[in-house]
Amino acid sequence: MTQAALWLMVLLPAAVGGLLALNPRVERFATIVSLTTATATAALAISVAIARPSVSMPFMAGTDFALGVDALSALIAPMVAVVTLLVLVFVAGEIRESRARFHGLMLLFASAALLTATAQTLPALLFAWELMGAMSYALIGFWWRDDHRVSAGLTAFVTTRTADVGLYVAAAAAVAGGAGLALTDLAEGSPGWRDVAAAGVLVAALGKAAQLPFSFWLSRAMEGPSPVSALLHSAAMVAMGGYLLLRTEPLLAATGWASTATAWVGAITALVLGLVAVAQRDLKQLLAASTSAQLGFVVLAAGVGSVAGGTAHLVAHASVKALLFLAAGAWLTALGTKRLAGLYGVARRWRLVGWSVTVGALSLAGVAPLALWATKDAVLAAALEESLWLYAVGLLAAALSAAYAGKILVVIWREVPQEGATRVEQHLDEEQQGSRHVGVLEQAPLVVLTVGAAVLGLLALPPMGGRLASALGEEAVDATAAEWAVSALIALVVLAAVWRWGVPEPRWARGWLGLDAATRAVVVRPTLALAAALARFDDRVLDRAVTGVAAAALSAAKGAAVFDDGVLDAGVDAASRASLRAADRAARDDDRWIDGLVEAFAAHMRTLGQIARRPQTGQLHQYYLQAIAVLAVGVLLLVMVR
Amino acid sequence: MLSLIVFLPLAAALVLLALPRLGDSIARWTWVAVAALDLALVVGVWLAYESPAVGQLAFEEQAPWIPGVNSSYHLGVDGLSLPLIAMTAVIFLACAVYALREPDRPRLQAALFLFLQSVSMGLFVSADLILFFLFFDLSIVAMYFVIAGWGHNDAGRSAMKFFLYTFLGSLALLVGFIGLYIAADPHTFDMVELTNQAPLNGSFMAGGLVLAAILMGLAVKTPTVPFHTWLPPAHTDAPAIGSAVLAGVLLKMGTYGFVRIAMPMLPEAWRAWAWVIIVVGIISVVYGALVALAQTNLKRMIAYTSVNHMGYIALAVGAAGLVADDTAQARSIAVTGAVTQMVSHGLITGALFLLAGVLQDRASTYDMDAYGGLAGPAPRFAAFFAVGAFASLGLPGLSGFIAEFQIFTGSIAAAPVTAVALVGILLTAALFLRALQRIFTGPTRGRSTGFADLRPTETWSVGALLFLSLLIGILPRPLLDIIEPAAEAVVELVGR
Repeated sequence: MTQAALWLMVLLPAAVGGLLALNPRVERFATIVSLTTATATAALAISVAIARPSVSMPFMAGTDFALGVDALSALIAPMVAVVTLLVLVFVAGEIRESRARFHGLMLLFASAALLTATAQTLPALLFAWELMGAMSYALIGFWWRDDHRVSAGLTAFVTTRTADVGLYVAAAAAVAGGAGLALTDLAEGSPGWRDVAAAGVLVAALGKAAQLPFSFWLSRAMEGPSPVSALLHSAAMVAMGGYLLLRTEPLLAATGWASTATAWVGAITALVLGLVAVAQRDLKQLLAASTSAQLGFVVLAAGVGSVAGGTAHLVAHASVKALLFLAAGAWLTALGTKRLAGLYGVARRWRLVGWSVTVGALSLAGVAPLALWATKDAVLAAALEESLWLYAVGLLAAALSAAYAGKILVVIWREVPQEGATRVEQHLDEEQQGSRHVGVLEQAPLVVLTVGAAVLGLLALPPMGGRLASALGEEAVDATAAEWAVSALIALVVLAAVWRWGVPEPRWARGWLGLDAATRAVVVRPTLALAAALARFDDRVLDRAVTGVAAAALSAAKGAAVFDDGVLDAGVDAASRASLRAADRAARDDDRWIDGLVEAFAAHMRTLGQIARRPQTGQLHQYYLQAIAVLAVGVLLLVMVR
Repeated sequence: MLSLIVFLPLAAALVLLALPRLGDSIARWTWVAVAALDLALVVGVWLAYESPAVGQLAFEEQAPWIPGVNSSYHLGVDGLSLPLIAMTAVIFLACAVYALREPDRPRLQAALFLFLQSVSMGLFVSADLILFFLFFDLSIVAMYFVIAGWGHNDAGRSAMKFFLYTFLGSLALLVGFIGLYIAADPHTFDMVELTNQAPLNGSFMAGGLVLAAILMGLAVKTPTVPFHTWLPPAHTDAPAIGSAVLAGVLLKMGTYGFVRIAMPMLPEAWRAWAWVIIVVGIISVVYGALVALAQTNLKRMIAYTSVNHMGYIALAVGAAGLVADDTAQARSIAVTGAVTQMVSHGLITGALFLLAGVLQDRASTYDMDAYGGLAGPAPRFAAFFAVGAFASLGLPGLSGFIAEFQIFTGSIAAAPVTAVALVGILLTAALFLRALQRIFTGPTRGRSTGFADLRPTETWSVGALLFLSLLIGILPRPLLDIIEPAAEAVVELVGR
């Protein structure tokens, strides 16, 4: 029964989503069908989180397609399903056209994310992993009439797939190293291959989690509809990159170096993308950079072996970030802009949205006792055990979180002075025609997410934190009271400073470090140029060589034909003519010459015969003399020749 | 049973030819009915099939034919050929359905395709080299007439190029076959016998030369770089169903030859030259994908992706020749992936070429830049093409992933250098998404205006192929259960 529930949790949204996406005729019922499905999926996810079933069916390469729910999946799967449901409720109020396609793709995506969160073998994981990427392509480029949005989807897909290649390599390494393709067995491969597998998994996860150096695709992905960002770029997909590292933490730890590398990539991403976030002037861009930065804490957690802390941070961040993206979407629909300069005082206009965002932003800033304050400190406590430097970088990144969260708060609450009002208003409707309205369906999910953003920190605080850690099979690392206090204090100080003085917006950070442009210059353009050059080579050299050979054969054949007519045939003709003439002549000459010759020859022979008959006298002494003469001549010859 | 499967379409073709007054519509539907019946027979064989022992065949039929050279009419199937005859039957049925709207000499076209179907089926079930060669060459002849008779643009020239190139390739193949015949003791063309004998094991030089001749012939047909230049013009100028059969079925005759003839009959030479085959495979993968990326003509682009996809097969079967004790599992995964790829590529590329035919039918050009925003007027066409494109770039849930995951897992585990070919899946992703973007998204413009969406014949034929790709992608076991024992057998035979 519970096994059926696990299959159903994945198959139901996939089947319904597929039907909706490919069948535009169901437009009218799309919302209700989709919400029913999402509700059922969320219920199924919660039920399997309690029952912890596992299922499998034979798949390929000697491995099963295996799903299972353990302590980690039991948190992640319901998180994905619930956020999906909330986002789809928002979508019901937000998306007015092509609803069937939108809901269909979102459900397909949710199915893939749930599969990722419960996959037990590499083929099953990769299966879901790449499907998420494809759905993100379709969703980012959802408004396909706009070329730049489709291009953004392409960038997201190809960039994340570049990283996904790591999982193909990891699968090969798992087979070659004798570990097998089950995720729990990966750490048991033979040393060399195990390192390859760890590297592959690490690269794939960093790509999906938008960590350095892959972060730029997430910036481009902001071209997509806001609900897409709320789901894909908070609770699922990007989060799944972090999840994969938490899932494969034993493999990373087994190699040693991979753990360290993971921790540092996470810490540095948290720091650098934090700076990028601080520098942004567009709300969604700020949130995107902050997503990379916050996922950096999750990656750091996986690197320092704090799966519990990382999981708690992942779940709490999903709630916070989904909330903020949805609010950004609601404002974009209402005001037609997501530029911070156009959002001054917006919290005062829609109070419920404003207060929700405030709670979310304070949580993001790390203000006690809200969710991200606690979860982040759990991660940092584990980092401190590993290395003081990691802790310091993490703390700095935490301060930056407070800075960019503060930046949002300043904008949405600060009243616009009379003389500045026109400057704010000129941003209105700059992207699309605003409706000046935020409906009930848009607001309801925000309330739920706000509660999450406030209280999910319990997952990292005693006593829940300890329980989670032991369920995940590790020792709880509790932050000391001083650590809790320090981080809370930093958050408050930074917030106050931002409120008072604002934040610097360095140019280099605003453009996401130029990673997108660099990729274009270093990878994309040379590849396209190489492709064009090879295509020319194919046409002008290879193909021409073949036609050249054919042409040569043809002209050789023509030559042969000429030779055949002009030389061989003519030769034969001439030869036959000549032989005819010769025959004629021979016939004429035959009588006169040949016959005469033959007669003469015969006459001579007769004469010779008569001469030869002469010695044959029949007398023995004459024969004897002749024999002596021949012998003497013979001896003489022999002597002379020698 | 196999004889019936092979000759049923031929008999139908002769009947169609013998009745010149037959109505066009009856001719079209006869074709569909016969193709469906043939598919039903193949399904029957599939259901009754049980994997034979290593080096043996199931459903064998044998009758004396040319006893003077020990060549007999010998048919049989195993896990390498059964999936291919099933795929062949499916593709021909899809083509028959697609051609229900064909206005140009439908009776003759039906007869020609039925003949081609007999030939293709015959090749995959042949257990005698002379028989194999006969079908191999007849397929070239039939395809020549398909392109020359129903193609467009420069069809005559392309058809001639195709014919001469592949025909010359087949002569190399024949030389190799004769080499095998001479080396065998007693002399024979029987494939089962030659597989059991592996006659050239132990003679390095002769084995290498015979393998070279056979590889040359197969490489032209497959095609691999640098013998691929006949492919793009042949596809570009062929009719849609001709392209579907050419890419879906005829190219597989080359790759099928690797696993059916070259590997089991020349194991020692194969092992000795495995590196060459791997390198050719890698080059085909990367080169094919890069050249495809630069194309502006959709059909040429798909043609070059075929070079890329056939490259995966070459590198997998090459990697299977790097025999080491601890890689037996990896090598059999690679060969399983290669055979899966043959089926998968047939279905997916068949579907893509049929869809490309829709462009020619509606707007008479394959130039991608002539379109834009086509998803507006033709949403179903856009959806189908997107599914086909994602299938071709190896997205999970569709058959391409099952094939390529196994190819890469097995090949990289056996020969780590093959990881280079992973670039191929990135390039194909980029090129298909670019093609989707050029043709289907953005504002509706150019030839897209007034473009009629898929008609029922197109929907059903392409839909069936894509549905099968989806089915294999999600539930691969029924297919893999057939292929895996045969792949293990090939790995065992090549290890001798």
